[in-house]
Amino acid sequence: MYEFNYRKVDSVAAAVEAMQQAEDGKFVAGGQTMLPTMKHRLASPSDLIDLGGVAELTVVNVEDGNLTVGAMTTHAAVAASAEVQRAIPALARLAGNIGDPAVRNRGTIGGSIANHDPAADYPAAVIALGATVQTSKRAIPAEEFFTGMFETALEEDEIVTSVSFPLPEAAAYMKFENPASRYAIVGVFVAKTGGEVRVGVTGATACAHRGLLLEEAMGGELDASGIDSVELPVEQMNSDIHASAEYRAHLVKVMTKRAVEACR
Amino acid sequence: MIENGIGASVRRKEDQRFLIGKGNYTDDINVAGQTHAVFVRSPHAHAEIKGIDCSDALAAPGVVAVLTGDDLAADGIGPLICGVTVTSDDGEPHRAPAHPALAQGKVNYVGDHVAIVIAETRAQARDAAELVDVDYSVLPAVIDTGSAADSGQPQIHEVAPDNVCYNWPFGDKEGVEAAFAGAHKVSKLDLVNNRMVTNPMEPRAALGEYNQGMDEITLHLTTQNPHVHRLVLSAFNQLAPEHKLRVVGPDVGGGFGAKIFVYAEELVVGWACRKIKRPVKWNGDRTEAFLADAHGRDHVSTAEMAMDENGKFLAMRVQTQANLGAYLSTFSTMVPSYLYAFLLAGQYSTPLIYSEVKAVFTNTAPVDACRGAGRPEATYLVERLVDICAADMGLDPAEIRRRNFIPVDAFPYQTPVVQCYDSGDYPAALDKAMELADYSGFSARAEEAKSRGKLRGIGLSSYVEACGIAPSAAVGQLGAGVGLWESAQVRFNPTGNVQVFTGTHSHGQGHETTFAQLVCDQLGVPIENIEVIHGDTARTQFGMGTYGSRSLAVGGVAIARACDKLIAKGKKIAAHALEAAEGDIEFVDGNFSVAGTDKAMNIAEVAFTAYVPHSYPEGVEPGFDENAFFDPTNFSFPAGTHICEVEVDPDTGVVEVVKYSAVDDFGRLINPMIVEGQVHGGIAHGVGQALLEGCSYDSEGQLVTASYMDYAMPRADNLPSFDIDYAPTNPPDNPLGVKGCGEAGAIGAPPAVINAISNALGVRHIDMPATPEAVWRAAQQAAAVSA
Repeated sequence: MYEFNYRKVDSVAAAVEAMQQAEDGKFVAGGQTMLPTMKHRLASPSDLIDLGGVAELTVVNVEDGNLTVGAMTTHAAVAASAEVQRAIPALARLAGNIGDPAVRNRGTIGGSIANHDPAADYPAAVIALGATVQTSKRAIPAEEFFTGMFETALEEDEIVTSVSFPLPEAAAYMKFENPASRYAIVGVFVAKTGGEVRVGVTGATACAHRGLLLEEAMGGELDASGIDSVELPVEQMNSDIHASAEYRAHLVKVMTKRAVEACR
Repeated sequence: MIENGIGASVRRKEDQRFLIGKGNYTDDINVAGQTHAVFVRSPHAHAEIKGIDCSDALAAPGVVAVLTGDDLAADGIGPLICGVTVTSDDGEPHRAPAHPALAQGKVNYVGDHVAIVIAETRAQARDAAELVDVDYSVLPAVIDTGSAADSGQPQIHEVAPDNVCYNWPFGDKEGVEAAFAGAHKVSKLDLVNNRMVTNPMEPRAALGEYNQGMDEITLHLTTQNPHVHRLVLSAFNQLAPEHKLRVVGPDVGGGFGAKIFVYAEELVVGWACRKIKRPVKWNGDRTEAFLADAHGRDHVSTAEMAMDENGKFLAMRVQTQANLGAYLSTFSTMVPSYLYAFLLAGQYSTPLIYSEVKAVFTNTAPVDACRGAGRPEATYLVERLVDICAADMGLDPAEIRRRNFIPVDAFPYQTPVVQCYDSGDYPAALDKAMELADYSGFSARAEEAKSRGKLRGIGLSSYVEACGIAPSAAVGQLGAGVGLWESAQVRFNPTGNVQVFTGTHSHGQGHETTFAQLVCDQLGVPIENIEVIHGDTARTQFGMGTYGSRSLAVGGVAIARACDKLIAKGKKIAAHALEAAEGDIEFVDGNFSVAGTDKAMNIAEVAFTAYVPHSYPEGVEPGFDENAFFDPTNFSFPAGTHICEVEVDPDTGVVEVVKYSAVDDFGRLINPMIVEGQVHGGIAHGVGQALLEGCSYDSEGQLVTASYMDYAMPRADNLPSFDIDYAPTNPPDNPLGVKGCGEAGAIGAPPAVINAISNALGVRHIDMPATPEAVWRAAQQAAAVSA
């Protein structure tokens, strides 16, 4: 780890101001990706602005048919939240299976989506549920938020403040874990909301995305019978020592079918 | 019956300090004036060093010294050695390229040590290490085991043409060929034994202190064998004479073989602390452990079995190419030779065996002993081949094993491959394991699994291994540079409590409990009054350390022998005090008594008398403190049958181990709870190799699996609850009747798992690690064939 300035703030406004003053600052939420990256000397921010003390970012509530989760809500808190379990049980289960207990007790939903690891779990849910990402500047629809591998629509001094999920009629997440890291080799979130079925896919490609071919095959219903005949673009799939592109494409379909099954 | 004696599941005495966070590991030790070292390592698998510019690093804040291979050579330190000679087929010793502790002109793997940077803080040392400017000229690298010796490959070492360390043929080649020519059936299998990173929980570390007044070096190390470290560092690496070098292996957080060896970092830290006249501490991080700990396994083999019409084994033929990495680690040469080929008989009476082992160099980390060391490789090959034989003969895997087992009345059994097995009852272990596993109920379970869309398979593994390493004369004949006896000192203090000094070393095995139980049982001293001391050359007599499941089978016997001497001496002292003839004194449960009378004194009173000899037998020395050395007459041969049951999800290729039964013969158990723990850990290790652990380099020699993000270790949710039982026999060569249990699981499990997966999929073979994608592809192919 290289030396850096540590700044603790107690409001979103103070965090933004600290960032604007920093030479090469980074926001840190739970730090579950940021700190290991710094420890390996792969990142060297001049300033680390800790959002851990910003109370306004930890709200969880259901209002007007939306579940809103504050950006600094940890995975463990989402998993254990009675409100989340009632509103979108699939989201609580997803959060309860991220990483290990240490990661779940430090890592946050805002940190996860802002980092946008292409194998993270939350992005699939955010996309499939048609969530809206609220930031310090604006509201960003899920499909516009994730722009590429470790890339999002966020600006340098923009902070995710919460994520709002419309309540679905049915939802389920199926994850095929990397045996080493337990990140998603492939994760598929299927949700039926307002009569529309959406599929969010993570792990499979460089960027979490909506599974439009899969949705088309389902014809707007929770019906997996057409999934086998979908031809996913293998050339767009990730490939590594754990899973080839071809295998990943296959797993996307298997996980989709299982998620649809779990929705019913 | 003595409380807490042999056979009692005594809770581990050492766990108290670990559970309250008061263990004493090398990194817990900090001394006044300590500096911190970081090693500059090669980012290239194979490169010439054109120059090293240390000037920026030397000018960096807090830097005390930056030292390179030139400094080391100027002081005449090193190189590192390999302690076992294997004679190649040309009659020459194996090719032994120089292994400098800091690179001299060339680097040969990613992680190879180039320079040491020493600074006031670890962070300063890390910062400065980035400023050492090494001018590399990158060379093409040799990575792949199977093709390393092919013509046209880049050459790594001048002294090793074609990257060959040795060609080692062993056995009756002509006899084997004749048997194959006349065989009813020949079964053949190509298989890979995957490379593993050993992964002890505690990374390696070293703390060197130089006492200028005494001209002495003290090295705290993560070592499994402090005296071996001292001997090698002194006699072969010129660090300091043995009497001026103290090596301490304090609490050590796991070894699994990787902490046997004398590593560059250890020698360099010892040398540097004297050079700068300040303590130097190096604490390796996890990345360094992946890159620069010795790795294990890495064989590519072809195995063939010749059989008669009844499936009886007539002869076996094996060709193996073994990867030794870039340099020869301390005991590397013996692993794919003596520790491997001598176990190729397995549990079977195969009369003729011939093997050819070609050991090769590659631009990868050195490969050496890892839990089991050679024996897992042999067992995997034999037990996979036996299943292939069963398939080719249309026999049940249990039946073909039974037909070929060494008969119970044949022990001691001389195999055609040097080893003479001490004792065994292989059918008994098989029967018991089959019962434990409900083997006969398998087909019903498989049917039920099918209704859930799962493929269920069952696999057997009947292994034998050689432990209790080792008779000194035997290993000397084979080219080992050391004897493999063990030592003990059992010291009574005047107040009657006991200190047991052992030459073995505990790094998780529970010696402080097991050895205390031995002494408690033999001398009748309460276990809380016994302390076992190990791991410090200044406190304990010379000993050979811990590896090869030797500590109890060899070191335990040395302790028992020292206790024998105390009892013999105690009889003289008691006879004098009780006014009886020495021959009338009996020793039972801690009491010396005159036979047939109620006159008695306990061993604590005898000890006190020995230290306060106011009234004392003539000609007997004062003191109650005896030592003993034990050199075994044979290895010990633990054996058993493991049965694994898996369910495969054909849609994803995920394998779940749903049932695992193990029946082992470890001889007599001293602490059954500790033995069970060793079996659990060993099976986890073996399941890890079979399903998860694949150390992988890319074609340029970068380690792809250099962290736990990509290297998969077994975790609790990868494993079922194990069903464990024992089928002990009494080894006549071991005075305690014990065999060794630390490696058995890692040896027995891999073929049991792969046999089960092959059975589930209905395929001939699948290589380890059987990852989901590999299993999915095999399932796809099997489905296509049967369609």
